[in-house]
Parts: sequence; C-alpha cells; structure tokens
Amino acid sequence: MSETKLYPIESENRPPSAPPAPSRRQVLLGAAAAGGALAALGVGAAKSAKAAALAVPETAKSMGRPIEAEAYGMPSKFETQYKRRRTDVFVNKQNFSDWSMSPLQHQKGIITPNGVIFERHHAGTPDIDPKTHKLVIHGMVKQPLEFSMDALLRYPSVSRFYFLECSGNGLTDWLQARSKTVQQTHGLLSCSQWTGVPASWLLDEAGLQPGAKWVMFEGADGSSHVRSIPIERVMKDTLIVYGSGGEMLRPENGYPLRAFIPGWEGNCSVKWLRRIKVSDQPWYFRSETARYTDPMPEGKWRQFSFTMECKSVITNPSGGMKMQGPGHYEIQGFAWSGNGHIKAVDITTDGGKTWREATLERPILDKCLTRFTYRWNWNGQPAKIASRAVDSTDYVQPTVADIAKVRAIVGFVQHHNGVHPWSIDANGEVKNAIA
Amino acid sequence: MRSLNIVAALAAAAAFTIAGAAYAQSSKRPAAKFGKPIAESDIAAWDIDIRTPDGKGLPSGSGTVAQGKEIYAAKCLPCHGADGKAGDQVGPLFGGIGSFKTNARVLTPGSMYPYASILFDYTRRAMPMTAPQTLSNNEVYALAAYILNLNGLVKEDAVMDAKSLAAVHMPNKDGFIVDDRPDVKATRCMKDCQ
Repeated sequence: MSETKLYPIESENRPPSAPPAPSRRQVLLGAAAAGGALAALGVGAAKSAKAAALAVPETAKSMGRPIEAEAYGMPSKFETQYKRRRTDVFVNKQNFSDWSMSPLQHQKGIITPNGVIFERHHAGTPDIDPKTHKLVIHGMVKQPLEFSMDALLRYPSVSRFYFLECSGNGLTDWLQARSKTVQQTHGLLSCSQWTGVPASWLLDEAGLQPGAKWVMFEGADGSSHVRSIPIERVMKDTLIVYGSGGEMLRPENGYPLRAFIPGWEGNCSVKWLRRIKVSDQPWYFRSETARYTDPMPEGKWRQFSFTMECKSVITNPSGGMKMQGPGHYEIQGFAWSGNGHIKAVDITTDGGKTWREATLERPILDKCLTRFTYRWNWNGQPAKIASRAVDSTDYVQPTVADIAKVRAIVGFVQHHNGVHPWSIDANGEVKNAIA
Repeated sequence: MRSLNIVAALAAAAAFTIAGAAYAQSSKRPAAKFGKPIAESDIAAWDIDIRTPDGKGLPSGSGTVAQGKEIYAAKCLPCHGADGKAGDQVGPLFGGIGSFKTNARVLTPGSMYPYASILFDYTRRAMPMTAPQTLSNNEVYALAAYILNLNGLVKEDAVMDAKSLAAVHMPNKDGFIVDDRPDVKATRCMKDCQ
C-alpha cells in the first residue's frame, strides 16, 4: 500500500501495526499528485515530475465485494488513522472516568461521524436496553410523569445541528505546548445533527409549579452524573435527544436518551438521562463545585460557567503533519460559538502581525461548527499560523495572554478558548506553538 | 402534491442558511401527551439528590468517625490508598486547605467542597466506583464523618446524621463567584499587530 497524500504524513501517530512511512520515491509521487490537484483548483501549479504511463488497475479487471444481505458499513480498510483516541499527554491510570478525543485533523466537513464523537464519562459506558429505560420528571411539577422510550419516540420530533464541546477541551495546553496534534489539543469537540423532543414539551406536560427556577438532569450511568440547570434555558431550547447523525445515539454518547443544551459545556447535556427534578434553587453538586469550576484570582472559583465561548482552530495543516514543500496550501479549520453563529474568521501566517479574513463555508449555523478555508502560498520559510474567530455578538476570540489577565491559569483550567498557533519549520514540520 | 413538497423543501433550504432563525418554526408544542402519571412514592428509590447548602434530602441514619475508618479500609482503600493519602489512580482525600491562593491548588473534599452534604450526595450516588449505590445510609454517614475528620473539620468522636452533617462549616463555603463572562476583551487587529 503506497501512501500519496496531498497533505501531511502523520508518522508520529502511526500505530505499530501500520505500514512504514512512505519512501522518498512515494513522497515525490505524492508531490506530483498534489501539483496536479492544485493546478485543477486554479491556485497555481507546483513543479512536478512527469507522470508515468498508467496501467489498468486490478480493481477494474475483477468483480468487487458482493452486497451483503445486511450490514453496517465501515470506513475503507486503508483509513487506519481515523480513530478516536485517549490522549497520551494527560494519562488517566484508569479508563472509566476518562475521555477520548475526536480526530479533527481528518474531519472532512462540519459533521463528526458517530463513531468518532468524543467521549467523556465518569464511570464508563453503560449498555442500556431501551425497552427498560425510563425518564421521570418530578419535583415542583403538578403531576410527576414517567416516559418510556416508545412514548418519547411518538412525539413530533425536531433535528438540529449543534457542536458539542467539553469544558476541559485544551486543558493540557495553556502555558506549555504539551500536545502534538489537534486531536489532542482540541478533540473534545464534535458536531452532529441531534434529534429528539424539546424538553419544554415534557415539562409543560408535567406542569411547572409557581416558583420553579432550576432543574436537575441525572444519568443512569454508574456515576449517576448530575447537574443543576437554570429552568429558563431548559424551556428555551434544550432538547431531550435520542438520535445523532441520522441514527439512534451510540452507547458512549448517551444511548438511548440524553439531554442536549446547545452551546453549553458538554457535561450539562447529561447522557443516559433518566431523571429530571424541578426545584426553586440549584443543588450545588460535586459536579458544579469541586469539578467544572474555573480557578480565578484571589483563590476563588467561577461557578455555573456553562457557555462555551467563541473559538476556532486550524486543522490543516496542524500539529504532527509535514508540509510537502513550498507552494500552495489550503488552510482549513473550524470555528464555533456557544453564544451564536460565526461572523468572521481571521488567519495569520506571520505569527500574529498581520491577519486576513478567511472564507466561511455555508451553512453558517447558530452554535454549530463552521468550516473556514484560506489559500496560502508557503514560501518554505519558518512560519507561525493561527486562526481567530468573531461571533454574532462581536466577541473576538482572545489569546491565552488576554485570558490570563483576568483568570488564574493554575491546575486543570477549563474553558480554554484561546487562539491556537501552529509553527512550521524550514523542514515543513508542523508543531504546537501555544507557548 | 409532489411540487408542493419541492416548494416546501426549497423554502426550508432557504431558511436553513439564515443563522439563528433556522429552527423557529418547529418548536410548537403538540397536543400529544404520552407521559404516564407516577406517584412520588414510586420514585423513592431514584430520588437520591441532596440539596447540599441546607442538606434537604438527607435521609435518616447516622455514622461515626470510627465506623467510617473501618468501612473505608474495607471498601475504599484499594483505590484511595491507606488513610485517604491517595492511591495509584486518585489523589488524597484530605489536605489543600489554604492552598488556593498559591500556585499549587490542592483539590480535596476538605479544601474544595463548599458544603459537607456533598460528601453524602456524591459518595452515595457514585462510590465505590466498582459498586455505586450499594452503601447503606449509615455507611455513607460514617464515611463522611471519617473524611471530614481526616481534614480536621470534625472531631474524632463526631457523629454524622442529617442535622450534624449539614451543619459542618466548610472552609471553601465562600470560595465561589457566579459566571460573569464575557470577561475577556480582545481586539480585532488586522495589521501591524502586537
């Protein structure tokens, strides 16, 4: 199997069983293919060796695999890199209260395939039989109610495109460049089309009592993960979700039922949802005091910091990749905001001295990943590239230095939405340049 | 009919490109009601949340520091280490009080929890990790007493129950501020920046 990728060869990420890095000859062939593709784009041609005469490929001289009576299709066997991974930067010594990260450097559009949506669990993934699963709504309601999955699936449904991001995304890379790839720096981020029922319908059916101000979402997993949520937000646009990416949720993403609060930190969108209790005040659980709070100056902690603020990152080229020589490249990446939609993304290729607007690809949706692109002619000299997003509230994505002026960057710091630079050296090696 | 569907699809596609306004039409609550009434008494086994500032929801039962030490040795020590000093996988259960104004904040139940009832709520719902929701209420009270004593927050002869646990004063009670973001102001410089 020869590898002739237009973009980078990720030798650092290569699993032990994978084939070795391409030979020099294969790299040259790759460069030739790249030149052709870029010429076709009309953005200039790289110098290319003359292509060799073509033979008819074996696949054109034989029958392919037959259609199976039933199957769940999987990626090509050649796509060995497209895997969700636990980070090797911060290693938990157990993998039940842990996380795995989405391979953003390989994501081709705004939707994350279900099999690589990031994971964060507190006691592993339960396997829940939908026939026995129940959702209960009680507390300050006129009539406590129980919903079976069959009942929930009978309601009219809504499907909406939203990103999902863990509050801890980027926590290893504030003041030191500890991570190598964008999967490790930003992979607690995914995006899907979520299908379910507005939470307000079910709460209205139970009937809120006067004075109801907060609700509690609780999961059916081994941690009975739980959060207090202001009822205003629950009634506004929170969904009770059973589907993502066109099918039922995957077990690791909450099957058969989860909460979904658009634009808020992922742990509020409680997975394996089994109980909603209504109250007049928050509970102050461990998960909103000792965890998921932000260190602030004077020894303080910021609490109920739900929103994931405006952020962006370049995914191509990104850490661990290698440029295929000077010439034309398309810088690609994602931008998103928990406060609205993306209004603009700026790109720097000179370490922040000069910025130019990237092209935003439609659709540009509220609280959803937006893809941006920027065509760049790399001159082969060392460079530092970064993206900076602006959202519909005119909030400008800050740098780590901006954030450090007002917050305490100490320990496991949540809510890292700082501008993330990548450096490119004269050999074309792309590296994390956060510090 | 077919052309109507196409018109509707085109209209939907047009609406789709307008960020923020795309979802407005689909949220009208239907007349359907598929919830089944259930009595609060039939939810009792699930109803485990504690409102931690005042301990609302704490059940009857009690436990002592000495009892907690025994239960800890039998059920918690494999992960949390001898005397709560930390295990291979988790940090210590005590210490860190006074560390938050330094550059090495040590997070333990003693230093971090603003309310002692969190110990009951969290231990009952999630611990031990290999068998959550198997401890009796008396066992959970005893473990809370033991961990609070390790942190120097209750005396050796303390007995924890619904009343005494909620009354324990925690050093980080006033350590929290409510979200006041956006707190960072960045400017959108385009040239000659930095």
